[in-house]
Amino acid sequence: MGHFERDPHTGYMTTGHEWNGITELNTPVPKVIWFFLACTVIFAVGYWILMPTWPIGRTYTKGLLGDDVRHDVTQSVKQAALDRAVWSDRITKESFADIQKDAALMEAVRETGSTLFGDNCAACHGRAAQGGKGFPNLTTASWLWGGTPEAIFETIRVGINSAHPETRTAQMPAFGKDGMLPRADIDKVIAFVRSLSHPGAKDIDPAKAAAGKDLFAANCASCHGEDAKGNVEVGAPNLTDAFWIYGGDAKSIFTTVWGGRQGHMPTWENRLSELDRKILALYLVDLRSAGK
Amino acid sequence: MIGELTKSERQGALLILLALAVTGLAMAVGGSNDPLGTHGTLVMVVAIVGTFAVITGYYAPEPPESRLDSYYDTPTKFGIVAAMVWAVIAMAVGDWVAWLLAFPEWTFDAAWASFGRLRPVHTSGVIFGFGGNALIATSFYVMQRTSRARLPDQLSPWFVLFGYNLFCVIAATGYLMGVTQSKEYAEPEWYADIWLVIVWVTYFVLYLRTLNRRKEPHIYVSNWYYMAFILVVAMLHIVNNLAVPISWGSAKSYSLFAGVQDAMTEWWYGHNAVAFFLTSGFLGMMYYYMPKRAGRPIYSYRMSIISFWGITFFYMWAGSHHLHYTALPQWVQSLGMTFSVMLLVPSWVSAGNALMTLNGAWHKVRDDAVLRFMMVAAVFYGLSTFEGSFMAIRPVNALSHYTDWTVGHVHAGALGWVAMITFGAIYASVPWLWKRDGMYSAKLVEAHFWLSLAGTIIYVFAMWNSGIIQGLMWRTYNESGTLAYSFVDSLIAMHPYYIARAIGGVFFLLGAIIGFYNIWMTIRTASQAQSQAEPDYSAVGIEIPAVQPGR
Repeated sequence: MGHFERDPHTGYMTTGHEWNGITELNTPVPKVIWFFLACTVIFAVGYWILMPTWPIGRTYTKGLLGDDVRHDVTQSVKQAALDRAVWSDRITKESFADIQKDAALMEAVRETGSTLFGDNCAACHGRAAQGGKGFPNLTTASWLWGGTPEAIFETIRVGINSAHPETRTAQMPAFGKDGMLPRADIDKVIAFVRSLSHPGAKDIDPAKAAAGKDLFAANCASCHGEDAKGNVEVGAPNLTDAFWIYGGDAKSIFTTVWGGRQGHMPTWENRLSELDRKILALYLVDLRSAGK
Repeated sequence: MIGELTKSERQGALLILLALAVTGLAMAVGGSNDPLGTHGTLVMVVAIVGTFAVITGYYAPEPPESRLDSYYDTPTKFGIVAAMVWAVIAMAVGDWVAWLLAFPEWTFDAAWASFGRLRPVHTSGVIFGFGGNALIATSFYVMQRTSRARLPDQLSPWFVLFGYNLFCVIAATGYLMGVTQSKEYAEPEWYADIWLVIVWVTYFVLYLRTLNRRKEPHIYVSNWYYMAFILVVAMLHIVNNLAVPISWGSAKSYSLFAGVQDAMTEWWYGHNAVAFFLTSGFLGMMYYYMPKRAGRPIYSYRMSIISFWGITFFYMWAGSHHLHYTALPQWVQSLGMTFSVMLLVPSWVSAGNALMTLNGAWHKVRDDAVLRFMMVAAVFYGLSTFEGSFMAIRPVNALSHYTDWTVGHVHAGALGWVAMITFGAIYASVPWLWKRDGMYSAKLVEAHFWLSLAGTIIYVFAMWNSGIIQGLMWRTYNESGTLAYSFVDSLIAMHPYYIARAIGGVFFLLGAIIGFYNIWMTIRTASQAQSQAEPDYSAVGIEIPAVQPGR
């Protein structure tokens, strides 16, 4: 019925059919394909015999090798914990001061702390811990709630203005928005505050700054201190140094004083182990001293 | 177009549009405080515009009986243009989200502009909008010619094409409003899914009816593949989208499956969508256009048989390799892995059969960018199927899973294989359909080819590098037994590759835009030169010329 033809190029016959001008050659399947197919089938069957593969009723073929990934993972996690215990047990038990004195232990803190920080803290504080607007720089000497390893460890545990029952709590009131200070007074306080960190700056009116001094003592000193150097007991920042969370220019400070601030840091007590939090506290202290 | 429908078909169209308008109204009222209502309004407006279009042409003279002597190609023409429109839109969105990965702040603080909403617009747009329209259009073209039978009626092909594009529009606009089932490549919600079932079953029936009227004793290979594509996609779509809406007035639904069963069903769907949508359908395309363009017989009928049944049988088992090292039981994973390895053989037999078909026509590959598109597609098909089987091996997957390597692999297949074979087929079809000697500009086809190839290579190499670096960073431990890199570190390392990938995407997109322009100009010059409105050669009895007009 068909119209068989020999293809001059390959020398094979056509199958005798034609569709809209298309014909097909009756070329036999090359031996290499059968070989290739046999190889993959043998591999598959071999794998089925050795490894768990086929379902049978409510269970499955376990395979001659008795391989079980669940078991393998449990074992390797156990082994990894055991390997780490060499140094991690010491961090759990020893005091911050003792750990800081031990160079080998601090090396482990640096290696592990860097990854812990990157995975948990960097989203807000930045990969290099240098913070950003609204998020404190952790590489400086200026710490809201104290920069000792113990203080940092506690801050990580309970967070700031967090959901933890023992959370550290701090609030900068909205002096302007809530009508606690008139606009003119706010300008004076800002001039005074800026004169502390920017002595001799040309855009500060000395008269205003002088007038702001008493206003500061009456309204701000209870938290920030008479000397404006802050208070780690209540999380009030030092206003005399070069470090500003929300910006130290006149406009930023105005926004802060007018609208208030209430920063937030989550509690990590239920998200990171005590060991991890301890490593992070040590890591940050180390990062600060390394930066100097 | 309405003039091509018979009186009774015009009445049928009006009935369908009326039913659609009523459904749209019901959705708009029932879901008035929900995205469902927005979609109801959209459906209603579309149906009303359609109704007016039919009414305007209602009293046009009936199409002559002589139409039955030629193939019905207007739907194919529409489908090709629709495919190119979707290609340009969806590839532009794709490139935008590629830039978004490198510069995540570019979202204008708008929900609709977030990566999570735009990304499915890209994936659905290229797979279903571009790929789907191209498949439907070419399948109409190919099945008529290889069966020597005209489409059985004039209405159902239009129902399939318009219905399908309506589905695509509902899907894409839904994503922007946040409507999603959160199932990858099956994001559209229940009402869109039901509509697609209606459209798809019509498509299947249309295919069977045409095939049933065939005058060729044997069914050509392309039709095996197109049939497998239509049938299996129907099955996958229906099963994976079984869900219960939370109410008739809400777009939200919950899947019938939960937990690991849900994951397995989704990846059974997902992998076989790759198999039967992105592979079978496009193999059907290749089996027609490549021998036709090369003027060569298919190298081996026997290899066609082995690869068709091998692909159809093995693919069904392979989906679980998407869930290696997850909560899915180990035996399901290893079973999927072994079938994925065996799958390599029929895949390569297909690619080999295609490339061997070009033996004796390599000088044409050198001179003809259209045929070169198809040749490169076959090479990328071979490359990405090898890569796929390789990545399905569990220890390899331990490195590649969740990394950009997967993204690179998908795009080697999607850009290198699917898009290239489609562009080749479209460039071949357009002059045939619009009765021209060739495309408006052969130089622009050449430019499109090189842009596509360059874009694909830049993309794939960037993602290979990025993915392998990522995979290694995620598994490297330091001396203390801690992972050496945080996730953020790996993101920083990815940044240059993300930029390179987005640049590769620009190349590919530029190519598609040039292609769209070239096709548009071909059609315009064709309509200007429209003097000999001769119908395509006879569908009935008369010997078919071996070569298409225009070749």
